[in-house]
Amino acid sequence: MIGANSVRKEGRAKVLGTAIYTDDKFMPGALHGVTVRSSVPRGILREIVFGEGIAWDEFTIVTAADIPGTNRVASVVDDQPFLVGLGEEITHPEQPILLLAHSDRAEAERARAAVRLVVDELPAILDIQASLDLEQVIYSTDNLLKEIRIEKGDPAPIWAQAAHVVVGEYRTGAQEQMYLEPNAMLALVERGAETRVSVWGSLQCPYYVHGALKQLFGLPEGRVRVVAMEMGGAFGGKEDYPSVNAGHAALLSWKSGLPVRLIYDREEDLACTTKRHPSRTRLRTAFDAEGHLLALEADFVLDGGAYATLSPVVLSRGAVHVGGVYRCPNVRIHARAVATNTPPPGAFRGFGAPQSLFAIERHMDLCARRLGLDAVELRRRNFLHMGDTMATGQVIREDLDLPGLMDRALAEIHYADRRAAHAITNTESGPIKRGLGLAVFMHGCGFTGNGESHVASVAGVEGLSDGTVSVLAASTEMGQGKNTVFAQIVAEALGLPYELVDVACVDTDHVPNSGPTVASRSTMMVGRILEDAAIGFKQSLVQQGFLQEPYTAEAFQAAVKKAVAHLGRLRCYGQYHRPPNISWDDKTYRGDAYPTYSWGAYAAEVAVDLDTYEVRVEDFVAVQEVGRVVNPTLAAGQIEGGVAQGIGWGLWEEVTMKQGRMVNNQMTNYIIPTSADLPRIRVVFLENAHHAGPGGAKGIGELPMDGPAPALANALENALGPLRLDEVPMTPDRLLSRCEEVAHG
Amino acid sequence: MADQIMLSLKVNGQSHSLQVHPFARLLDVLREDLRFTGTKEGCGEGECGVCSILLNGRLVNSCLVPAVQAQGGEIVTVEGLADGQRLSSLQDAFLTQNGAQCGFCTPGMLLAATDLLQRNPHPDEAAVREGLAGNLCRCTGYVKIVDAVQTAAREAR
Repeated sequence: MIGANSVRKEGRAKVLGTAIYTDDKFMPGALHGVTVRSSVPRGILREIVFGEGIAWDEFTIVTAADIPGTNRVASVVDDQPFLVGLGEEITHPEQPILLLAHSDRAEAERARAAVRLVVDELPAILDIQASLDLEQVIYSTDNLLKEIRIEKGDPAPIWAQAAHVVVGEYRTGAQEQMYLEPNAMLALVERGAETRVSVWGSLQCPYYVHGALKQLFGLPEGRVRVVAMEMGGAFGGKEDYPSVNAGHAALLSWKSGLPVRLIYDREEDLACTTKRHPSRTRLRTAFDAEGHLLALEADFVLDGGAYATLSPVVLSRGAVHVGGVYRCPNVRIHARAVATNTPPPGAFRGFGAPQSLFAIERHMDLCARRLGLDAVELRRRNFLHMGDTMATGQVIREDLDLPGLMDRALAEIHYADRRAAHAITNTESGPIKRGLGLAVFMHGCGFTGNGESHVASVAGVEGLSDGTVSVLAASTEMGQGKNTVFAQIVAEALGLPYELVDVACVDTDHVPNSGPTVASRSTMMVGRILEDAAIGFKQSLVQQGFLQEPYTAEAFQAAVKKAVAHLGRLRCYGQYHRPPNISWDDKTYRGDAYPTYSWGAYAAEVAVDLDTYEVRVEDFVAVQEVGRVVNPTLAAGQIEGGVAQGIGWGLWEEVTMKQGRMVNNQMTNYIIPTSADLPRIRVVFLENAHHAGPGGAKGIGELPMDGPAPALANALENALGPLRLDEVPMTPDRLLSRCEEVAHG
Repeated sequence: MADQIMLSLKVNGQSHSLQVHPFARLLDVLREDLRFTGTKEGCGEGECGVCSILLNGRLVNSCLVPAVQAQGGEIVTVEGLADGQRLSSLQDAFLTQNGAQCGFCTPGMLLAATDLLQRNPHPDEAAVREGLAGNLCRCTGYVKIVDAVQTAAREAR
């Protein structure tokens, strides 16, 4: 079963158009909710003015003063209010102030436009440098949402004695997840003797939302229910934000006593929901005369927006990845997430690593040029191998073969031949210049540090009365294939055909907390727990005399039927246990940052038109080692989709901010790749089973986001010659200005 | 101006008559009044293509079409592609090739692909990529979608 191309469990409903997404769910008598937001980046809210021409008595109106529990969104730090009250500080221009609901959607929209906010404006901080310079103190005493230092050896004495010291600064912009289904939430709050809050939504992490609603309403565990509907994409964009809009929808339902629909349109979704953190990375590296890396110093800064949200953990992943896949005896990493008066960024596939890996993988090409070495050769001389120690002190214990990965990518794309051919044709007079570039990188699987121990995920299997088996986990399906892969893992563990295993609806009343659906952790972490649970389930059947091994599928089904008839509910759970030999100290940032890593070597071929500075990706090869591949077709789909997003981030996707607001918040002017913009992405898996995951699987989802941007930048430099390609996206405007720098010396 | 107008149209072969707002979008009439929720809304401005349907045999973004323009018209939505429980060759290929991941672009993509294969029964890869360029997908990187369309085209041969 593991290794088979099983067909997507929910695929049939998706191609028939019968899969029910949040906005497809019919709720009779539901009101339409809307959110009134600030438009200034910073100030004190003085008054809410309800304009004329609106029948306000027909509306349900919720302000901060109405909130029954705690007006703070439960997160890493509980610093973000659901709504800002009178006299309180507005800290970003999309801040929710007031909620309205009406039975007529158009009327609700009209009312939203009729509300006027009186705000005493305060000077705002709108970018990283202004925040670091403390032009205004807007968060705590130092504008820092989180600061991390990672130290290994001592770089200080190296700088003076090294043969080469190379310094670089790299920047990346915000990126929108652009899931095709905007954020959507339905709520129903029953207010009898006992208040009971239920929400149905497009969300990645049911138990995050569950926790947020408990805190918002001051309710115990059993009185909040969260159901994950079919989800039209997420990519991290529905990791933390749904705690906010679920709270808003539920508040409106609580006040009105009616079901409430809170469905964002695209413009609102783009303007106010989370994005990839903008970053600035400064690197200093020292090499000996043979090109061996002696020291690395990194100053990694993320723009965390107005509240901490997930920035501390995004920063942590980014910081751990900033050294890349290279052996280095002396390291100093200083990482900071700074506050600005902009809507808080959040999770987006890669979670800080694409930013820092863009920096190091671009920097390695710069170093190679300074050292007079080929970029491939410089990487080869410095790759991590089994037994080497990473910046946090983590020892590589797996049979890692980075040269093999890189060589496979180079061979697939005919790197040397095509580079040589382009070197000749690029000297001709035509406007098209071609080049090839490479990036080699890793992605830590699962949560950073002690994350998995803190969550202590639980997942299980249940025998049903028809003899089939149901998977119980709060992990959500967002297109990645969780339903299918979980069913395959459990079917494999039980020795059953795939068709006899299905996945239970993700409803917190029914499934245990298997943790959030993030961090490339579902297959490896939750899958491993499910494997344990399935084996426990089988052993229980055997020990209680319902089943004898070896068995056929029919015998198993009959045994489950009989057991359910005798015992009633038949469930078996497993829980995460920290693997032996893994340790992490959160105070010193020493130890095993991740139980294991997935590894990638990506190569890109580009063509630049010097008349328009448009870039065409002509070929793209993605080679990775992700342990055992559970479902090759689904896994390839993950890689292809991730590479497409990475290409988009590298070349086209630019969030334009003005006074802290996204001003290109439409699909017409925020450009994601179409089918005509991309080449056939070529995917190669080199398998190397890892003991931590089920059947040897590691994480897949985020890895493909890490490699494309630096591979493209390196390819562009190969096409155009030495160039300051230190920032993504590499839009025609930016590329032109970088080329002009060279022309003007 | 009348508050409501009478609209008559055929959806997937079935006739419907109903009262709608004079400026109602066809998308809302299909989703909210007739409950054909297979058709999705992604942007409301004709950029993403997830609301694609066939109106009188032409591929249109139903978010941009005033419902009155469908007066007397024939519409095909995703719900009209299968023959009962039997999937169309495109639906089957999307299912087996993993052309649908999150599935939100899938209904529109299937309609756009149906339209493409009607105009060009055996498109090469470039023609498929060009033909589907009005329908965005954020999950697949389009490889499996292109493969699914070409597989369906081959099977129809």
